[in-house]
Order: sequence, then C-alpha cells, then structure tokens
Amino acid sequence: MNYPDNLRYTKDHEWVSLEGNVATIGITEFAQGELGDIVYVEVETIGKPLAAGEVFGTVEAVKTVSDLFLPVAGTITELNDALGSSPELVNSDPYGKGWMVKMTVDNPAEVESLLDASGYQSVVG
Amino acid sequence: MKNTALTRTHIAAGAKMVPFAGYNMPVSYTGINDEHAAVRKNAGVFDVSHMGEFILKGEHALDLIQRVTSNDAAKLKAGQAQYSCLPNNEGGIVDDLLVYCMEEDKVYMLVVNASNIEKDWDWISQFNSNNVEMHNISDKTGLLAVQGPNATRILQPLTEIDLMNMPYYTFAKGRFAGVDNVVISATGYTGAGGVEIYFPVETDDEDNNAVKIWNAIFEVGMADGIKPAGLGARDTLRLEMGYCLYGNDIDDTTSPLEAGLGWITKFTKDFTNCTALQEQKKAGLKRKLVGFEMVDKGIPRHDYEIADEQGAAIGIVTSGTQSPSLGKAIGMGYVNTAFASIGTPIFIRVREKLLQARVAKLPFA
Repeated sequence: MNYPDNLRYTKDHEWVSLEGNVATIGITEFAQGELGDIVYVEVETIGKPLAAGEVFGTVEAVKTVSDLFLPVAGTITELNDALGSSPELVNSDPYGKGWMVKMTVDNPAEVESLLDASGYQSVVG
Repeated sequence: MKNTALTRTHIAAGAKMVPFAGYNMPVSYTGINDEHAAVRKNAGVFDVSHMGEFILKGEHALDLIQRVTSNDAAKLKAGQAQYSCLPNNEGGIVDDLLVYCMEEDKVYMLVVNASNIEKDWDWISQFNSNNVEMHNISDKTGLLAVQGPNATRILQPLTEIDLMNMPYYTFAKGRFAGVDNVVISATGYTGAGGVEIYFPVETDDEDNNAVKIWNAIFEVGMADGIKPAGLGARDTLRLEMGYCLYGNDIDDTTSPLEAGLGWITKFTKDFTNCTALQEQKKAGLKRKLVGFEMVDKGIPRHDYEIADEQGAAIGIVTSGTQSPSLGKAIGMGYVNTAFASIGTPIFIRVREKLLQARVAKLPFA
C-alpha cells in the first residue's frame, strides 16, 4: 500500500499535509480499503475550534460508518466540495482528489509529532 | 474459525476476508458496488458454503418438518423447494430456512443459516419423537450461489441439467462440471435470478470439488465477465429485494407475522406456536416490518431508532444501506402499525439527528 513520505499520519488512519499553518486532511489508502465503497462524507464542524482527537465528521460507506478524528488542534475552514457528487474519490485517490477538509492549525509544530510514513506503516502492519 | 473449501481460493483472488458466523468468509473482492452491479446486470458467484444442510429421512420425516416449520411442506413434490421458518414457543423465530423435497414423503433437505446450525439441530431434534433419521451434512456440503440474469446461460455448458428452463424454486440432481451428486436449484437471495449449487466436499483436500467447480465456472464465464461476489454485495442485493436476514430483521423475538412472513405461515396445519400466532393475527399486529427510503441525506443502520415527527420512538431499524442500484439510502425496520402504510413519513435518529424517511413498497429494486 502507498503511504507518501511527505505526509504525516495518525493511528486513526488520517493523513495530514501542512503548508504554513494550513493543513489538508484525508484518510489513508488502508482506511479507504477497510471501509469499502464510500457513500458520503459528513462534516458539520466547519468554523468550530476543535481539540486534537475530537470527532470532526463521519464517513459513510455502503457497509459501515466511521467517525473522523481531527489529527491536531485547530479550526476546519473548508470541506472538499467534490466529495458531494463524487464520494468515490476517497476510494480512488485518497491522497489527492479525495482529500476531505482543510483547517487552520493552532500549533504547526504539533503536526511534526504525528507518525511519519514508516511509523504509520508499522501501525497497519 | 472455520474455513470453507474455497477459503484459500478467495485469499488468492485478493478477497477481503471477515469472520462471519464462525467462518472466514469473503466480504468483497473488487468492491461492493462493482460486485452488486455484476450480479444485477450479468452474473456473480458467491461462496456460501458456510450455510448448514440437514437431511431428514424416513416415513415420519414429513411429519417432523410439518411440526417444526410454518409453511406447508406437504405441498412439495420431489424436485421442489420452499421458503419456511422455524417458529419458537415465545412468538419468535428460531431460524428461517429452505426445505427441499428430495423424495416425496421420504427424504428432505433443510438449508439453514450458518450461525444457527447447532441451535436448529437441537431445536428440531427435540421434536423428533418418531426416530426420523437426521444427518447434519453441513461440513461435507459446499454451496455456490451463481446469481444474475445471465447466470444460467453462462453455466449451461457445464451440465446436462436444463438450467435455463428450470422453474423458480425447483431443483434437479446430477453432474455439474464433472462432479457427481450435485443439487442445482433455481433459488437465491439476490432477486437477480440464477441458481444455487450444492455439492459434496472434503475440506482438507486441496483439489476438492469446490475448487474444481469454482474454476470451471470462471473458465466458462470469463468471456461473459462473470465475477466473484462477497457477503457485502449479498447483503445489499437481498436488502434491495426486502428479503429478511436472520439476526437483523428476524430473530428469536420477532413474530413471522410482524416480519411480513404471513405468506409462509400456514394455519391449515399444526406447528410450533401456531395457536398463539393465529391469535396474534386475529387481534391485529402491533408492529410491522416495513421498507423505507431516506428523504434526508443519511444512511440507516441496524438498531437506529425510528421516530415520529415529534421525536417519539415508534420503532427500530433492522437493516440499512446505500442501495447501489438505486443510488439512495434504504432500510427495513419495525414500526408501530399506525406508521406502516406506504408513503408514511417516518424519522430515523442518526447520530442524534432526526432524518426524514418514507415507508416504501418492497422490493425496492
């Protein structure tokens, strides 16, 4: 499976890409494979300050539903609109067109403390 | 955890495996939506060897079946099958099953849910006061469901049995893909047409009948694009048809009448709890299993609450999914009878929100 080196990861199977204090968040290739066909992504926490580890949304797949956990503290500013009509992008391109939200990060250094690609690889085995 | 004779074949084919009813089973291969579409439009192959099979033999076999099941098995002639259920004494259902008449009044095969094999065996055995010969052949029997509008055409070259003209809920015994003693029945759990194929297996044998039949099916069906399908698609397909899943929609506490199984509950004969069920029918049902489709965006799941517009509980969701064929969320659940007619607005409590839904006609697709 593919876990790009330029991303950071959480044990809850989210990935984070940081530019300045803006982070893009999605779920990993492993996570989309476990969930199967994704039906939609629900995020109703835009503009609300959240702590690291808080539930920021849910992802519904045909077979199951799963919570989404915010990797670091901050405020979500944007949901990927493309997922509204094409939720399957999360399955087909989890690190690209299937990104889920953008957020402003309270403390960009916190991102550095997340798992790197090899650390995450050992989580999923 | 038990394997079927095809577990290694599934893993080699890249299936995602999950534990189900004590078996290591494929939940999907290429994705639920893809497999679902293959079965609806073309043909797909499910390994459902985990299902249980019992043979009941002897002059009192039919009496025993009549005593424990709700449908009228006396109507069956050799080569016919019927859907039925085993009512319990408390108004619920021990299991739902298929009854196959192998030899009229003499030999029957019962096909039961994998999760209930022991429970059903014990349940039926306690009524066996006339020494009906009972054999649990579950571990020695493989089962493939080949489903879809093109299934019988694709499989026809593998057997001399006339698959394409086999009436629904009938079966024949014969040779299939070089394997003898195969039972092929025009049944299934998808509503897409096709057959179910029962065959003898030895699970410890690498080159077993299951692998032989599986390979033959994919060889003959390759040009037509036949696909392996897993339990995930099996569930979305059956739910679109409104078929009950034991453990979800029916269980030890649900009445067959509430579950809409009145059509297999025949009060013309004597069976377990029939007096109480008949009284329930006379008195009127307090709740009913209905199909519904979501109006608001959201997906109903097993055990979610069903409420009225004011938020008062009126029922419970038993099954729910995003319907791959319809592209919308559907479900089944029990509601108070006042809310059971088609078109009635109901509300599903999804993560503390009340989302609107509408009672819908079954089947959905």
